[in-house]
Amino acid sequence: MSANDVPGAGARGTAPGESAAPESWPLWEVFIRSQHGLAHKHVGSLHAADAEMALENARDLYTRRNEGTSIWVVPSAQITASPPEEKEPLFEPARSKAFRHPGFYKVPPEVKNL
Amino acid sequence: MNPEALFAFSLRMGDNALVLSQRLGEWCGHGPALEEDLALANTALDLLGHARMWLSLAGEAEGRGRDEDQLAFLRDAGEFRNLLLVEQANGDYACTMARQYYFDAWHHPLLERLAQAREPRVAAIAAKAAKEAAYHLHRSREWVVRLGDGTGESHRRMQAAAEELWPYTGEMFAADDADRAFVDPAELQPGWRAEVEATFARATLTLPGGGWMQQGGKRGVHTEKLGHLLAEMQFLQRAYPGAKW
Repeated sequence: MSANDVPGAGARGTAPGESAAPESWPLWEVFIRSQHGLAHKHVGSLHAADAEMALENARDLYTRRNEGTSIWVVPSAQITASPPEEKEPLFEPARSKAFRHPGFYKVPPEVKNL
Repeated sequence: MNPEALFAFSLRMGDNALVLSQRLGEWCGHGPALEEDLALANTALDLLGHARMWLSLAGEAEGRGRDEDQLAFLRDAGEFRNLLLVEQANGDYACTMARQYYFDAWHHPLLERLAQAREPRVAAIAAKAAKEAAYHLHRSREWVVRLGDGTGESHRRMQAAAEELWPYTGEMFAADDADRAFVDPAELQPGWRAEVEATFARATLTLPGGGWMQQGGKRGVHTEKLGHLLAEMQFLQRAYPGAKW
């Protein structure tokens, strides 16, 4: 035990006497991989006091029906999102560039499962 | 396999799971957060699944035609064989987690041992239940650390809960012939103590002292709390015998 590590002194981030009510727990984003070989997919968010608890809560909230083989949790505050008001400059230019889609090839009838 | 020992043993295992499941179910809708509410209900449902398997096996071993439902809903407190620990009231969240942690730290290694049992039905149930119990232990252990090493208030409550429930831990390791036919629980005690010591050290909690232990659950001598729990759990089948969902 270090000098700071006295019983109840909040070594996990809360000062003595400070409330650790659930509503003050930070928000976490949850990503689940449903099968090996597939990417993790965002499934929702939850509240948890720390990363370990976020993993456990994610397991209990989002993999109850056998959905997962792997879970990631990320503090929501750590996500940088594209601003909605910049939607046009960000995404509009790609819309008129049909040549970027592989839609100009004739697929021979022998080729199945493409 | 002596059917009487199999009946006695699977009844104990089933009653532990059933009574603890019912206790945890009392939190449903009252958890400190939506996430915890669901997590506790999950644990309760896992234990209810264990109870169904053990009580079905007990009914089979007994050979008097009683099924899991009759054993669960039509016995009085004196016929229940669960540990006194699991019938203790929920109290605050620290109490619920202390009860859970003491139990899980015993339950999981016990199931792992039973998965090697010679009696194939016992081994099959234990192997299935052990995976769930491993998760329960992981979760309750982290809560003991989180509350013990949390705020001043949570530390005080966790320490108080650990001490209040301590006298109910000795019964887990007190064996009779029905236990020894499968595994001598006394052999689990050193591992249990090492697990609890390590967790309490992380949680900045003091291991409760005192050697005097409550006993009686395995013989049907219960605290007054069990009767109230059963009154609620069994009400429907008692009032409307044979009612189906």
